Amino acid sequence: MDWQAFALSLRLATVTTAILLTIAVPLAALLVLGRGRWLAALEALATLPMVLPPTVLGFFLLVLLGPRTAVGRGIAALLGHPLAFSFTGLVVGSVIYSLPFAVQPLVAGFASVDTALVDAARLLGASPARLVTSILLPLARRSLLAAIVLSFLHTIGEFGVVLMLGGDIPGATRTLSIVLYNQVENFDYAAANHTAAILLGMSVLALALIYSKAQNHGVGRA
Amino acid sequence: MLEFSLNARRGSFHLQVECAFASDWTVVFGPSGSGKSTLLRLLAGLDRPARGRIALDAHAITETATGLHLAPGRRHTALVAQQPALFPHLSVAANVAYGLRSLDRATRAARVEEMLALTGATDLARRRPQDLSGGEAQRVALARALAPAPRLLLLDEPFSALDGEASDALLERLQSWLRENRVQAVMATHDATDALATSAEVLLLREGRLAAHGPAAEVLAAERERLATRLRIT
Repeated sequence: MDWQAFALSLRLATVTTAILLTIAVPLAALLVLGRGRWLAALEALATLPMVLPPTVLGFFLLVLLGPRTAVGRGIAALLGHPLAFSFTGLVVGSVIYSLPFAVQPLVAGFASVDTALVDAARLLGASPARLVTSILLPLARRSLLAAIVLSFLHTIGEFGVVLMLGGDIPGATRTLSIVLYNQVENFDYAAANHTAAILLGMSVLALALIYSKAQNHGVGRA
Repeated sequence: MLEFSLNARRGSFHLQVECAFASDWTVVFGPSGSGKSTLLRLLAGLDRPARGRIALDAHAITETATGLHLAPGRRHTALVAQQPALFPHLSVAANVAYGLRSLDRATRAARVEEMLALTGATDLARRRPQDLSGGEAQRVALARALAPAPRLLLLDEPFSALDGEASDALLERLQSWLRENRVQAVMATHDATDALATSAEVLLLREGRLAAHGPAAEVLAAERERLATRLRIT
């Protein structure tokens, strides 16, 4: 068992999920409460990573963040190292790749909140931020949980973007999915079975933990 | 003093009204679909007109010509709709306190108590909205709307779930409180008895247009005569 890869996968999923929530909650609120035709374009853009092949997305990011573009050179100058083939690069790729899995459940949850409640809060002087934190999020807790679970598990299991953007550097970019791929490539099916079982177990455990918590807190509506 | 000149579309419905009144209790009367709720939502700032202006006490709160549209929470206006829309995850007291964030804790608690007493809902403070009857929920919604001390109170058939006696008593207490606190109220109703009972100034809306404006008895008598004439003709 590659504990280093195990720890790295957990770290990547945790950091990605935390960043995704800070982006997805206001973005979903904007998509549900905002006005304007440009919102449809924004929603399409936020959904794009869902339909884009992971390897294609990984390739685009690799090129964008590499030394041949101004963006890549700027980031390298800022951080002192290129983003590609680093843990930070993996985080950037994972955030983009898993964005729709965080945004979509939240959009569905926020849209299901009665608009009369939103109007009532606005009339009582709620700012957009307070509207989200005091009305939308408490009433769409199940959707928030779904966003967390999907983002976390999707990141744990991602392969194409990780391989393209991160390669296979032990301790920096080698996640459990890469370990599994290497084991299969080396015909080490016993070890591959072990790794696959761990990935499956993590998914089941995360789902069980989060949904049992939801049950205990009496979460009832989407 | 409330003045408005509004032109708004909602699907195929077109509202075009212009009016000004200073009376502290005005009833917007008209059949379902005449534009009462649309008008109230525009006044509350929840919807924007295609063209027009709304001024409260000579200060513009909506003015399409200059692009002015004060947010609903910044125009000192409260709206109580037929559906109370209480926040289901908050207690009754927390619902009433929702618009009082700027007050300190003690003042906020006192204000909540005062508003619940005014609407006869003191005993409901700790209850959850889902445990309330329709009438109780409407009392709480009224308390919540009044708590931030609005200058304009908009009521969209707000007492429909209260029985006649309870509704009359609440209306009497409310009108007295509004007078004391110099709050102008506009109530939408399709019930002529409501309009007459409050002895108010009445705006009569018909198919999105202002059909009449004046003392309740006069406007309603003219409307009754018009309907009678129409019945005789048909």
